[in-house]
Amino acid sequence: MPKDTSIRSVLIIGSGPIVIGQACEFDYSGSQASRSLREEGIEVSLINDNPATIMTDPVTADHVYLLPLTVESIIRILEERQIDAVLPTMGGQTALNLAIEADKQGVWAKYNIRMIGVDIDAIELTENREAFRQHMIHIGLKVAPSRIANSFLEGKEAAQEIGYPLVIRPSYTLGGSGGAFVHKAEEFDAALRRGLSMSPTHEVLVEKAVLGWKEFELELLRDAADNVVIICTVENLDPMGIHTGDSITVAPAMTLSDTAYQRMRDEAIQAMRSLGNFAGGCNIQFALDPETEDLIVIEINPRVSRSSALASKATGYPIAKIAAKLAIGYNLDELKNQITKTTSAYFEPSLDYVIVKMPRWNFEKFIGSDHTLGLQMKSVGEVMAIGRNFLEALQKACQSLENGRMGLGADMKEWIKTSDILERLEQASEDRIFRIKDALRLGVPEKTIHKLTKIDPWFIRQIKQLVKLEDDLMKYNVPDDIPEPFFRYLKEVGYSDAQIAWLMRIEEQHVTAYRKKLGIRRTYKMVDTCACEFEAKTPYFYSTFDKENESIPSNKRKVVVLGSGPNRIGQGIEFDYCCVHGLLALKEMGYEAIMVNCNPETVSTDFDVADKLYFEPVFWEHLEEILELEKPEGVIVQLGGQTALKLAKQLHERNIPIIGTDFPSMDLAEDRGAFSDLLKELEIPYPEYGVASNADEALEVARKTGYPALVRPSYVLGGQRMRIVINDTELERHVLTIFKHMPDNRVLIDHFLDRAKEAEIDAICDGEQVHIMGIMEHIEPAGIHSGDSSAVLPTYSLSVEAVNTMVEYAEKIARALNIKGLINIQFAIKGDKVYVIEANPRASRTTPFIAKAYRVPYLQIATKVMLGTHKLKDFDIQPRPRGFAIKVPIFSFDKFPNVDKNLGPEMKSTGEAIRYIRDISDPFFRELDRQRNMYLTR
Amino acid sequence: MGELKYTPAVLLLEDGTFFQGRAAGKIGTTSGEICFNTGMTGYQEIFTDPSYYGQLLVTTNAHIGNYGTKKTETESYSIKIAGLICKNFTPQYHRPMADQSIQDYFEEEQLVGISNVDTRAIVKHIRNKGAMNAIISSEVSDVTVLKKMLAEVPQMEGLELASKVSTKEPYTYGDPHATYKVAVLDYGVKQNILHCFAERDCYLRVFPAKTPLEDLIAWQPDGYFLSNGPGDPASMDYAVQTAKAILELDAPLFGICLGHQLLALALDIPTYKMHHGHRGINHPVKNLETGHCEITSQNHGFGVSPDAIRANADRVSITHMNLNDETIEGMQVNGKKAFSVQYHPEASPGPHDARYLFDKFVKLMEK
Repeated sequence: MPKDTSIRSVLIIGSGPIVIGQACEFDYSGSQASRSLREEGIEVSLINDNPATIMTDPVTADHVYLLPLTVESIIRILEERQIDAVLPTMGGQTALNLAIEADKQGVWAKYNIRMIGVDIDAIELTENREAFRQHMIHIGLKVAPSRIANSFLEGKEAAQEIGYPLVIRPSYTLGGSGGAFVHKAEEFDAALRRGLSMSPTHEVLVEKAVLGWKEFELELLRDAADNVVIICTVENLDPMGIHTGDSITVAPAMTLSDTAYQRMRDEAIQAMRSLGNFAGGCNIQFALDPETEDLIVIEINPRVSRSSALASKATGYPIAKIAAKLAIGYNLDELKNQITKTTSAYFEPSLDYVIVKMPRWNFEKFIGSDHTLGLQMKSVGEVMAIGRNFLEALQKACQSLENGRMGLGADMKEWIKTSDILERLEQASEDRIFRIKDALRLGVPEKTIHKLTKIDPWFIRQIKQLVKLEDDLMKYNVPDDIPEPFFRYLKEVGYSDAQIAWLMRIEEQHVTAYRKKLGIRRTYKMVDTCACEFEAKTPYFYSTFDKENESIPSNKRKVVVLGSGPNRIGQGIEFDYCCVHGLLALKEMGYEAIMVNCNPETVSTDFDVADKLYFEPVFWEHLEEILELEKPEGVIVQLGGQTALKLAKQLHERNIPIIGTDFPSMDLAEDRGAFSDLLKELEIPYPEYGVASNADEALEVARKTGYPALVRPSYVLGGQRMRIVINDTELERHVLTIFKHMPDNRVLIDHFLDRAKEAEIDAICDGEQVHIMGIMEHIEPAGIHSGDSSAVLPTYSLSVEAVNTMVEYAEKIARALNIKGLINIQFAIKGDKVYVIEANPRASRTTPFIAKAYRVPYLQIATKVMLGTHKLKDFDIQPRPRGFAIKVPIFSFDKFPNVDKNLGPEMKSTGEAIRYIRDISDPFFRELDRQRNMYLTR
Repeated sequence: MGELKYTPAVLLLEDGTFFQGRAAGKIGTTSGEICFNTGMTGYQEIFTDPSYYGQLLVTTNAHIGNYGTKKTETESYSIKIAGLICKNFTPQYHRPMADQSIQDYFEEEQLVGISNVDTRAIVKHIRNKGAMNAIISSEVSDVTVLKKMLAEVPQMEGLELASKVSTKEPYTYGDPHATYKVAVLDYGVKQNILHCFAERDCYLRVFPAKTPLEDLIAWQPDGYFLSNGPGDPASMDYAVQTAKAILELDAPLFGICLGHQLLALALDIPTYKMHHGHRGINHPVKNLETGHCEITSQNHGFGVSPDAIRANADRVSITHMNLNDETIEGMQVNGKKAFSVQYHPEASPGPHDARYLFDKFVKLMEK
């Protein structure tokens, strides 16, 4: 059926603030859906209260509502606009739940709104574990033996019947919340209680655990004519038992025969067709017994999911974009493959590469948290890497994680104690893949590793090849001794020069120099959905060491934008927003906009946002090769958070132009000592501080600065390991902990301004003129990390003098640092005195928030200023404030039940929401303010 | 040096394009027409598919061999491709159900291959320049010698290969007490086609390619099947004549792949050599009778002329069409119980979306 012309205006529901289990992948799907619908001439309204999203930007939708995701907000929109249909499948479980709630209240019926892309009955069926199980049995598919329990007693009975090990799965929760494995009877009671209390319907499923079975996921698309295609098959390297969001996953499936796969495909299609009659995306998870190859269905998500975002990036097939078109009536055979533009959208992508997705965890932020991986998702972000073989993709994924690893081991971070390693193999946590390699290096048999991890021996054998290669490599003393074929092979399986250097105990630059001398350079291959069968028009590339290079640089003027890598606490979706705007501004200015990033959840890595996309680790060696190929006019490092900024030094050293503020100025802002000297020169007050490289020095510094003191390691993100100490004993203890975990680091000690107010300014400077984008006052007192604070825009209680002083200081600093582009400055205000705490010469977490609140495209303005194509005076900037806007931090503490939820200098929030209030008599504000007083009395 | 103990191998294409890689499988030399398959699963089924007889196969999937090989997952009793060209040849497999590694299997079956070549560049080359002959060697590295050897390899166009892979003697398959009897003309039939019939209550007798019609009729079948197979259909006059005669009988007739092309030729609709063919398990086909779409398994380098088939709309109807390039995927002879498809409804490897065609054929045989 062609497009349904009765749908002229659609409401898309977003997924709200980022929490663990529901992250920026839904910004990607929502944005894609919105663009897809607008392409069809449909007016799109969008509701989401997450200000850091690109979907809530005027570039994405016609009408954006930054409102809380409640039925009241929906009604408000429906009153205001003529909406024909609502598309609730793009915003994860949150959007679906809201749509169902509105449906139950009769809202859709009342306003005569059609729900598209979804079948409520299908959702209910897949969410209700018992009904789902019965349904699967009814259509002849197998499920794990289980029983439903609505009370403690019923749960106990179920456990007795099913036996251990078993799984407790609460109904209607997100990201596996409240789910648990129970290996023995002693652990059962507590797990059951938690499960029952987490379920909104007080219902859990007690299920037989199929530990050690292999886990696969299929991404499907179905149209209204019941045509179904499988877009991607993903194999979880980590077997059943670890949440798929916390599993290392690989596509295409590596260890699946055609017979087993086709059975899975048949069952998936059968299951999807049995679920109501919606047109759109669907994700199905299977477990496969490796011995018998029997299959059981684990779960079905009849909507666009985290996995579909990954599948889209992995295959090049834009699932959300097509799903949106299916929702408005198109059939798959009426649409074109978006990558080739000539072939049909009704087809199944074929890959001629391997992708590896690796989760990124942030356990260090949650002191006391249980690092064990299980049913409940704990990772905060992910990376995807593409290679021409599994090992290359795996090592590139390690390089993308940005946690100091240079690849899969061989980077000084290996463990050497077998007993510790074996323990970590059995109790999976964030480092298991590295520990597998350590174990193999120490000679632990493959069989033992398989027994402990249940990981398919194929993967273990692959990793073992690396151990053998390293043994061989270590026989050479200097790079020049390495034969070319061997060197090339090392690169083909993903080794970075840094790893080779470490194994040979030589300098990385020698390895790189010799490699280049041998002509072992990266070539780039296209992600084209069809394994090269058809010509593709989409410039989406990854690097490898194969013969032919497909990325032919153009002669256009071009600029590279560096992305921010995996999402993590302190650096997330907001930088994706910044990068997207940077790319748009570059395109508008006639530049070829080239994006480099490795985060599959982002909009900036969508194949049609940049002019050219390199899906590569934001890792120097990879970046250098791209720059040497493309020879851009410059690189933008201001938009990709600290990740991108950190690479400025290497760019500067190699004389690669940095767009906007130059490296010495950035370095000046980042270097605490030099920056304080600058402040002194500018006669700007700052808290007394000092730097120490050991505990003795730390005590000495504290004597000067006085207590309370703020202690932190230098160069960290989101206030990691930052503490407030009040005496020598506490100081000593904390400093020692820092040195233990981060040897070679230095410690910064600041006098802590107790009971001070905190505020921050985001500004754009063109080298001469400074434009203050916004001044935000934090409701919480200084001492709470700015990312965890509720920021009110504009200020609400600070004196006019204090605000003027802040503006004056910001202008002085921006000019003194010769900023060309963005700067964020943080202040503490005690009494009438304004202190400058720090300055970040880049886009900050709050830049998108201000852009949304004031409805000004600040990021595009900033990018044009950076480029030098415009001066600030070229813009007529008219902020349109609506009362006060509050940036409210959102936490994911439910995933870490035993963690200290008190806020402090270390950031813990995973996301943020925006709230508008007319004035400070608003009850929402008064509640936040009341909490502030609690912090003060603590 | 562990991983790097390998025998070098070379691949030379008819137009002089040259690749260096590593030997995979048996050490030796082999030649044939180069083609590529984009399937991500089912390598063993592909290797043993008789339609690939005489061809050098490029697999685009990054790894080949991960799940080993299994005696029962074959489409004929031996490997039929002439040689393998792949990116990562992975003898270190894991699958509890498997029998042996791909390296052992190749050695046993005497198959020569080459790995660690830029398969994507090769595919792109074939896509642009079209199918051509090629030679793989892990013995000879002298290009002049290889060129000489390559010059002797016959061109696929005009080549009759079906009789080479066809059974020499007739044999039966399935339950002798089954309801229907199907006479299978074996031009290189895939095992799973026989299986798909047998599981639909059919008893089969598989006849050599050049069996005279009388011998088929003598067995008193309820229906006739023209199988898939290798080579140029235009060179198979004997088979075309048989197909014509079967059409005269007005008996149920089903053709797959080469069988589809033979049926077209029997209707005086010409076939043609495609630029580089369709080989993979993701080809989109639309059933024009129902409007439903199916993902199909394909393996063909020749096709049925769309113009000729349209010009003969009075005698034959197009039932299936390829959604990518609008080539003919299926047809029905008007007024007859005869139909055929260009793709492989039996799959193996590939999706099972088109199995209904076997049901359709069985229905035609209902008395």
